Amino acid sequence: MSAPHALSTAPTARTALDLARIRADFPILHQRVHGKPLVYLDNAASVQKPKAVIDAISQCYAGYYANIHRGVHLLSERSTAAYEGAREKVRAFLNAASAQEIIFTRSTTESINLVASSFGGSAVKAGDEIVITGMEHHSNIVPWQLLCERTGAALKVVPFTDPGELILDEYERLLDSGRVKLAAFVHVSNALGTINPIERMIELAHARGVPVLMDGAQAVAHLPVDVRALDCDFYAFSGHKIYGPSGVGVLYGKQALLDAMPPYQGGGDMIRLVTFEKTEYADLPNKFEAGTPNIAGAIGLGAALDWLNAIGLDAVAAHEHELLEYATARLSGIPGLTLMGTARDKAALVAFTMKGAHPHDIGTILDREGIAIRAGHHCAQPVMQRYGVPATARASFAAYNTRDEVDALIKALWKVKELFES
Amino acid sequence: MSDLRDLYQEVILDHNKRPRNFRIISQPTHKADGVNPLCGDRISVYLDIEDGVIRDIAFQGAGCAISSASASLMTEALKGKPVAEVDHLFDAFHDVVTTDCECPKGLGKLGVLAGVRDYPSRVKCATLAWHAVRAALEEREAPVKTE
Repeated sequence: MSAPHALSTAPTARTALDLARIRADFPILHQRVHGKPLVYLDNAASVQKPKAVIDAISQCYAGYYANIHRGVHLLSERSTAAYEGAREKVRAFLNAASAQEIIFTRSTTESINLVASSFGGSAVKAGDEIVITGMEHHSNIVPWQLLCERTGAALKVVPFTDPGELILDEYERLLDSGRVKLAAFVHVSNALGTINPIERMIELAHARGVPVLMDGAQAVAHLPVDVRALDCDFYAFSGHKIYGPSGVGVLYGKQALLDAMPPYQGGGDMIRLVTFEKTEYADLPNKFEAGTPNIAGAIGLGAALDWLNAIGLDAVAAHEHELLEYATARLSGIPGLTLMGTARDKAALVAFTMKGAHPHDIGTILDREGIAIRAGHHCAQPVMQRYGVPATARASFAAYNTRDEVDALIKALWKVKELFES
Repeated sequence: MSDLRDLYQEVILDHNKRPRNFRIISQPTHKADGVNPLCGDRISVYLDIEDGVIRDIAFQGAGCAISSASASLMTEALKGKPVAEVDHLFDAFHDVVTTDCECPKGLGKLGVLAGVRDYPSRVKCATLAWHAVRAALEEREAPVKTE
């Protein structure tokens, strides 16, 4: 087996990715952890940042930073242009009809909370229902539970099969109640890797007049998303999972829906006219962006999308899929290791348990080998309960990961096995 | 692997595989649950206390090797001890897993967990059972959490 740091620079067989060049874009990857070359496989938690993103943020603060949208001076005009330029980049990335449909938030979580609070608060009443799935991240469970508590609505959950595929018959049955006001579900599961059949799920919801929100946190960096082709009503994602900074997220919403929704938070920048008697709200998207936003963060996200577009999302997806297949095959060769999440359509992450070794111990041992993975419930406790495990270990891949890194993971897992079987 | 062996010493691996006093006491005088929300570890501790002395102590639960072994070693260390010594032992143990102090002789086998001090994220695992015992002695109803 080759040493984990002896990176193969040849493009992978089926893709045109120049891995050496991609890795050179990420300063953080070139370091040792506990004396071993860093193997970063915790990408589903957060992805590392290319130099282009770090530079864009740095250039904003060093060169032209000022508050936006009230530009009587040059720096404010330049910052406003860069911030709105980033919005346009997000619009193009999602193929939204208008940049007014792109709301900058803090995170996927805040995007979902915005919809739960604003749309939910005005459209959902006692006796109504919200449909989610059994494989949601807590961020797409708790906001709806809070809404249900406030309104007296009920939360309905679509179950999934052992391999981790949603049971669409159950989904249809839940939609058929006639009381469903919104279906909110995850595009790609962070705990299982399942890519849900969203086209079909949106179609089924729309056939019953039910709008759909999609949690795209785990999807956007791995597969192309076209909100108009999908015809989805809301789509939420986070900057930090798509090579951008943390602290900036996106909510896409159809203009007609967003226009009809009341503001989420009140404050500066979201108003047209304020008197003590009455306030007129600003037009989209400002209506939903109260207060000074994460200006440099949004600009950094724009730079991340530029970087990803230049590499090509299709090529990244193909490369990651190859890593997934390779990792799955090699993990299957470790006796006592059980993969959790084996859906036919799957994104590039592997979650597993090992006989005799708790995921937390696996995580610690791998860390000492320079390998960063996630161990725990992945903020998806209902998924853990579904399988009757307290936690899993999860390795997740990004554009810069290599087959050699998969080999390093496998080698370290054999060490885990050795230690706990001794 | 030498540094890993400092953490996962034979005694710890053994207590993880074959935890001592891993059972339920059917009519305990004291009982408490502990959870580590970070990694999902759950533990229940049961004590039978008579005249201020821990006559019997047992635990049940699911957790990582460090939390399981620590709970198992703790039950061995506390069985037969006066309740009044628990706080003192816990403080000494806490120092051993969080600082560079010399391990006091009175801690006995508990000293094998000293390697945890190099793994700050694992201190909660090593102390979960102890927090649960303290909660049981204080007769707190809600499960203790390590964060």
